[in-house]
Parts: sequence; structure tokens; C-alpha cells
Amino acid sequence: MSTHVVPVRVYIIIFLCLMVLTATTVGVAKVDLGAFNTLAALTIAVIKMLLVVIFFMHVRHSSGLTKLFIAAGFLWLMLLMAFTLTDVGSRNIPPQPEGWGASTVAPSPQR
Amino acid sequence: MTEAGAAHSAEHPPYLAHHFTDIEQQNESGTMGMWLFLLTEIMFFGGLFATYAIYRLKYFEGFHEGSRHLNYQLGAFNTAVLIGSSLTMALAVRYAQLGRRKALIAFLILTMVLGIAFIGIKLNYEWTADYHEGLIPWMGFHVEGANAAAVRLFFCFYFFMTGLHALHMVIGLGIMCVLLRMAAKGRFDSGYFAPVEITGLYWHFVDIVWIFLFPLLYLIGGLY
Repeated sequence: MSTHVVPVRVYIIIFLCLMVLTATTVGVAKVDLGAFNTLAALTIAVIKMLLVVIFFMHVRHSSGLTKLFIAAGFLWLMLLMAFTLTDVGSRNIPPQPEGWGASTVAPSPQR
Repeated sequence: MTEAGAAHSAEHPPYLAHHFTDIEQQNESGTMGMWLFLLTEIMFFGGLFATYAIYRLKYFEGFHEGSRHLNYQLGAFNTAVLIGSSLTMALAVRYAQLGRRKALIAFLILTMVLGIAFIGIKLNYEWTADYHEGLIPWMGFHVEGANAAAVRLFFCFYFFMTGLHALHMVIGLGIMCVLLRMAAKGRFDSGYFAPVEITGLYWHFVDIVWIFLFPLLYLIGGLY
């Protein structure tokens, strides 16, 4: 709980940072970076989220227990994402190629 | 009994519930309870985002094609409006902390105006245009091309996710109406403003959901 009163200046600065990051994410989307477009968009979104959580939602001045709650929530979200995507991503791995294991010097077959 | 009761209520302000030691502990419990609710919301939206990730990996081209149908300028403008409403909400909480009733009411109204502007832009300029372009599944959807089915799936995600987000905003606006009434009645002071603080947490959460929705829906297809 925040009995701590944050100066208006801090809120304005965070707001301006969020605006700049929004413009950045649009700007980056105009450049073809291949797979890195998604990575850049998500990285910027995570930074914006952290700014909102830490400053607007006062987590900076929250108790340790509240911080632990939040960390646990994000850990669970990461578990959801990671296990879902590893499952889906590994479903179509081709079966063991012929000759696998027969010789350790065999060149790895084309996937 | 009555004597003890009277002595007890004299010890603490009326807004401090009986079972808390002091206002700090009451506020702490309220904040934590709200975060616990928000964590269930994170998992709720998280399931949608995970499903989105699966189908985007499966139908990469179709999702990109679908994304390019959306008006990213309006999306970006709405992002600015919503982040602006988060700023005004944060300031509303700040003035509630300071016990400045008029500033609290002014910033609550400003937050509601921005929230309504967001929904208005969405309804009036985006969803209406989507309808006329035939982008709404089950409502005259017509997109030609090899990826048409995947584009349709993208728009199912788009309307479900933005619709749920807008529903959360409408709920937030409803809660703010209650807050306005409470503030007008002078129910808050620098000692008691927990409802404002907790509504702020909810509003910022809704903002965060949009912070992820905007790039994943509007920008994922690339603007080049």
C-alpha cells in the first residue's frame, strides 16, 4: 500500500516514456527485421508494462509480500507460455532419421 | 458490553474495520486482495495470449495478412488515449492520498472521459470500418485469397480480445461512477482512499493488457 505520495513530475516522466515507447514500437514495425520484429515489439511491451507496474501501480513502494504475490503471478504466466509453446513447438519434430546412432560421425541429416 | 463497544469504536476511525490492527494493515490487505484478483485476470488473459501464440505460429502468413487489414494509426492513437487515462488515474489516486477532494473528482472525470473516448474510437471508427470491410466473422465476413480461413481466425482473436478488453473498460467506468458518488459525498480523506487506490490498480491492469494487444494485433504483420 502506498502511503508514500509520489511527486506529479514522476508520473509525467513515466507517461512521456510510455508515449516515446509507443512511437518506437510503431517505428520499429515499419522496418523489416524478420523474426526480430516480434521480439522488438514484445520487448518494448514488457518495458512499458514494467513502467506501469512499478510506477503507476506503486509496486516500488509496496510491501515485500505484495511483490512476492506479483512475482508468483508472472512466474505462473511464464509457465503457461513456456510449457504451451514447447509442447506445440516440438510436436512436428521429424522422427529419428535412418542410421542415427549407427555411427557417431554420420553427418546430421537435413531437417 | 456497550461501554466496551463505545470505548472500542472511539479508538479507531469509522472506516477501519474491526478485525484489522490499524489502517496500514487494512490497506495492505486490500491491495494484496486486489493483486490476487489481478493475478487471476493475468491467467485469464494469459490463456488467450497463449492460444493466440499457438495459432500465430501455425498460421503465420494469415495472421500477418489479417493484421495488415487493421488501421494501426487509430490503434496507436487509442494506445496514447489509454495511457493518458492511466496517467490521470494515477493522479486521481495521488490527490485521494492527499485528501484533495476536488482534484480527485476532476481527475476521475478526466479518466472516464479518456476511457469513453477509447471505447468511442473503437466502436465508431474501428469496429464500424471492420464491419463495412467485411472483416467480422459471422457478420458478412469476406476476405479473398489463399489465407482467407486464417485471416478469419485472426479476426476471431481480434474481436474476442479487444471485445473482452473493452468489456473490462466498461466495468472500470462503472466502478468509477461509484467512486465519483462516494467522493462527492465526502467519503474519502487522506486516511481512507483504498477504493480509489484499488480501482487504480484495476485500470492500470486494463492498460497493460492493451499495451500487449496493440503490437500483437496491429503491428504483427509489419508496416513496411
